[in-house]
Amino acid sequence: MIEEKKVLTRHVGVPGMEKVDAYMNDGGYKGLKNALDKKPQDIIEEVKKSFLRGRGGAGFPTGFKWSFIPKEKTKPHYIICNADEGEPGTFKDRVIMENDPLLLIEGMTIAGYALQCDMGFIYIRGEFRKIAEKLETAIENARNANLLGKNILGKGFNFDILVMRGAGAYICGEETALIESLEGKRGEPRMKPPFPAVEGLYKCPTIVNNVETLACIPIIMQSNGKSFKDMGTFQSAGTKLYGISGHVNNPGVYEYPMGTNLKDLIEQAAGGVKDGKKLKAVIPGGLSAPILKADEIDLDMDFDACIKAGTMLGSGGVIVMDETTSIPEVAKSTIDFFVHESCGQCTPCREGLHKIQETLTKMMAGEGDENSLKTIFKIAKTIKGTTLCPLGDAGAMALEAMVTKFRDEFEALNK
Amino acid sequence: MSTTPTPFAANATDYKIPDKVMSKINEIASQYPEKNSAMLPALHLIQDEFGWIPPSAVRQLADALDTTPNKVYAVVSFYTMFNQAPVGKYHIQVCRNVSCSLLGSKHIVDHLTSKLGIQPGQTTENKKFTLSLVECLGACGTAPVMMINDTYYENLTSGKVDEILNTLA
Ligand SMILES: Cc1cc2nc3c(=O)[nH]c(=O)nc-3n(C[C@H](O)[C@H](O)[C@H](O)COP(=O)(O)O)c2cc1C
Ligand code: SF4
Ligand code: FES
Repeated sequence: MIEEKKVLTRHVGVPGMEKVDAYMNDGGYKGLKNALDKKPQDIIEEVKKSFLRGRGGAGFPTGFKWSFIPKEKTKPHYIICNADEGEPGTFKDRVIMENDPLLLIEGMTIAGYALQCDMGFIYIRGEFRKIAEKLETAIENARNANLLGKNILGKGFNFDILVMRGAGAYICGEETALIESLEGKRGEPRMKPPFPAVEGLYKCPTIVNNVETLACIPIIMQSNGKSFKDMGTFQSAGTKLYGISGHVNNPGVYEYPMGTNLKDLIEQAAGGVKDGKKLKAVIPGGLSAPILKADEIDLDMDFDACIKAGTMLGSGGVIVMDETTSIPEVAKSTIDFFVHESCGQCTPCREGLHKIQETLTKMMAGEGDENSLKTIFKIAKTIKGTTLCPLGDAGAMALEAMVTKFRDEFEALNK
Repeated sequence: MSTTPTPFAANATDYKIPDKVMSKINEIASQYPEKNSAMLPALHLIQDEFGWIPPSAVRQLADALDTTPNKVYAVVSFYTMFNQAPVGKYHIQVCRNVSCSLLGSKHIVDHLTSKLGIQPGQTTENKKFTLSLVECLGACGTAPVMMINDTYYENLTSGKVDEILNTLA
């Protein structure tokens, strides 16, 4: 049996955690107190030792990312929490924000101190209005307890957090689009470099981290980097929130050591495929992650193993499909999503994804021919690597995997 | 595919942002290092007030943020949550993405269209309901999901949809 490890989710279902007293009674703010006794650089070193990798999708090592912030401070520095939670199949960050908002706020405050930030921002998807209000209450509570604002805990550190709601654009989860949006503009990704750590929000050094990533920071600073690393499996540090949805008996968000086996997650955590049906396919890391066939799910769910298996851990949003699922229909929903969410700046993404959508729509109306699949493959190949941000690639790769692995179902449309 | 509501004729009244909303916008603008960052928060406040973003409010907001109406429009039109035309009293938004469709969001949409007599993108004649299809709402573990105004409704069945509609006056 695999064993759940509740670290970030230990307060799920416990009411009142937005109150400072309740949170502190259970070890809260110990991490910040420890951190404020250290030099900022030492915190970055501790985070490096923890081997924490970003939970927003790309798995970039957090301590390493933090070390790109210029040592000499010549401009304001900012930390942004990415709470856009837009990747289809993903519903994990909300679990932290709804149940333990001060864990995120403590994590941001520690990050703010380590990176010498003047301010922090939580950019949350617009639909999460009630969660945004809860975060604002928790921030107010922290301010009243001198855990935010001027001279935090008498240690001479000034820092505050603002919450901003997005307005329904998936692309604003991409960090440079998010920055544009925070600046009050259309959420169109910027060219990189310069990277945000050098030139981000208001052209100032900025770090963007996911909710789950920042929630790990107090855990690391409560003890140390090594104990965080030891919670995971051999090469992957810490725990991971896996959100399991689709055809399973018990959908939900489950916290397990990073690298837990996908088959075990589906069968044990989520109670197996619904109604005793057979498994057909799994998307392991949100809709951008290439699909897996039922016989490919004996897979350790960490960043490296997933890449080796030709897919991505992404956000850890596992979408399970039973034997009755039509993969062409899933493919259609998928391409419709990417076409709708493309910001339109680059031609391969805008036109290419649209052409794939058009071709697939024709096939599903029984108007496809032997060239249809060729067209899809050819366009997917053209899109990959030619776009400004990873959205175009994600759409192309997700479609390519579905058509490759379930080719017969697509060919059957042409008969 | 997602749909955005088709406009129905707005009456020609000039919508003026109330003073109390305007001072809230100015207060938010002063919290950010740059004023223009109040754009999204201000548009949310305007939509809370009117149910959509009227052109006269766009002009006022542009003045308040020292920018041009064009730049405000560029933002309004980019984000699907901002309504460029009035919608019904209850804006029903059903998730059409993968996790929800695996668990029958299509039946929920069919049920709603037959019950309300409108297609996605349309508003009922009495302006009570607007129906839209949207992308993932970040609640896939409790699929199928819809939102009505600011409230999430999860684990939907046709029966549950009927009960919910009955509570809406
Ligand atoms: C199209 C697109 C959408 C994204 N959406 C999200 C999102 O909703 N939440 C998130 O944390 N990261 C998202 N990301 C990843 C961010 O760009 C960024 O890598 C991440 O916030 C960094 O945080 P981390 O280092 O803590 O993982 C998205 C990336 C792309 C390309
Ligand atoms: S890849 Fe697509 S979403 Fe990303 S910048 Fe280009 S057009 Fe926009
Ligand atoms: S797919 Fe419907 S809420 Fe995520």
